[in-house]
Amino acid sequence: MSTIDRQKAGREQDRPRAKLRFALPLMTLAVGVVIWDLVVRINQLPPYTLPSPGLVITTLAADWPILSASLLSTLTTTFEGLVLAFVGGVALALLFNQSRLIEYSFYPLAVILQVTPVVAIAPLLLIYLPQQAAVLSCAWIVAFFPVLANTTLGLNSVDHNLADLFALNGASRWQQLIHLKLPSALPQMLAGLRIAGGLSLIGAVVAEIAAGSAGAGSGLAYRIAESGYRLNIPRMFAALLLLSISGIVIFFALSLVNHLLLRRWHESAVRPDY
Amino acid sequence: MAADPPIVALREVGKVFANATVALDGLNLDIRHREFVSLLGPSGCGKSTALRLMAGLSKPSSGTIEWSPAHQIGPGRSGAVGFVFQEPTLMPWATVLANVHLPLRLQRYDAQTVRSRAMSAIEQMGLAGFAQAYPRELSGGMKMRVSIARALVTDPSLLLLDEPFAALDEITRFRLNNDLLTLWQSLKRTVVFVTHSVFESVYLSNRIVVMTNRPGRVFTELAVNAAYPRDEGFRTSAEYAGYCREVSHALAAAMAVHRA
Repeated sequence: MSTIDRQKAGREQDRPRAKLRFALPLMTLAVGVVIWDLVVRINQLPPYTLPSPGLVITTLAADWPILSASLLSTLTTTFEGLVLAFVGGVALALLFNQSRLIEYSFYPLAVILQVTPVVAIAPLLLIYLPQQAAVLSCAWIVAFFPVLANTTLGLNSVDHNLADLFALNGASRWQQLIHLKLPSALPQMLAGLRIAGGLSLIGAVVAEIAAGSAGAGSGLAYRIAESGYRLNIPRMFAALLLLSISGIVIFFALSLVNHLLLRRWHESAVRPDY
Repeated sequence: MAADPPIVALREVGKVFANATVALDGLNLDIRHREFVSLLGPSGCGKSTALRLMAGLSKPSSGTIEWSPAHQIGPGRSGAVGFVFQEPTLMPWATVLANVHLPLRLQRYDAQTVRSRAMSAIEQMGLAGFAQAYPRELSGGMKMRVSIARALVTDPSLLLLDEPFAALDEITRFRLNNDLLTLWQSLKRTVVFVTHSVFESVYLSNRIVVMTNRPGRVFTELAVNAAYPRDEGFRTSAEYAGYCREVSHALAAAMAVHRA
């Protein structure tokens, strides 16, 4: 049996297990929702204490015009933050990889930016930057570091013999970058991107909450803060649900990108493991 | 053959690494045109270091290396030296075809030449039909074939192999030994082959250079005058056994030098 046949056989054996991996978490979730509903019904809790799952869904439908606009706003910020974080993280990693001096000078600054809680930075950014730029900066600050750290790791783990082969054939710096370094680092770059996706959403939400208390804003996090002040608890839950779903969709979308790019050659993606 | 100037000549070559390890000291070695030379010695005797110096991948700490201008080789002359590493060292993200045509693409040949030469190198190594496969789908022996095809694709004057078959099973290694000999005879190129196997070195080479350990230098040279083509008949002959005994003694003596 060839290697390929064996992999196919292995994949077929794994199929029932793959089904379980999707079915089990869904079941747990369903049980949780039923218990939540029962708790509300049995204790006859008023909606401002705890709305029932049904009411959250009804509110979501009723408030959809407001909530969808907020969702779009938050997703736009998240997406822009993520794109800038990926481009910026990879660009910084490449720059650091070209020169040790630059790496030693700037890497610690990147670490400082990463370890300082973004909740504490957000109010300052809101003072110095226009609101939209401040929110975007927050998303970028939390999301770029995993891309930078992972890409740096990937660039540093290029096969030495392959690098020798490139040298032997007189490869230019550009050729080394395009044909050797970037493809070598791709799995780590994508791992960084997957982490950055979730973090970018967190950054956007944190900044919106900070901005929301200042009065302006339209994102989902702002809706949550605003609904809190108005004791509109069902809408808080509806907005929270949308944020949660956004996070899940981002995670799966990035996992899919990862899988599509690596499935032919990287061990991590040989099985549909996302 | 002896009248030819050597294709590569190492004169009193020494190599000291940054951690103060003396890998080579006073190494003198001539590689002549169309020879099949094996560098034989225990692990860590500087064989691989010597090979890297011949490829121009690193510079000697002392002594000189001269490349024959007639063969257009030496540092900065891309493609005249083919190098096969201990590991297959393939790009996992690229197909067999893309791996094999890499050296030509790096040297900016046109797409037509790149494709046709890569395809013929792939066929030469018995990999026809696998051009679109990815390295992870291939066995160890086939990966090594791809690696050799990649080294041959630039039509190098000098082919350097660094223990290429050490990690393969014996059956695969014997088959690759035979294929390598056939290639060497049909292409009429110069081969330097690093190995720690006495049997492999006798089977393949017409000259065996036995090296001593730390610092690496030439202990002795032995000619293997058995006629080519060599096949399984030679592998089981008394002549082969005799050469193996002689080379084993030389290797044992070389290692005794180190212990003393």
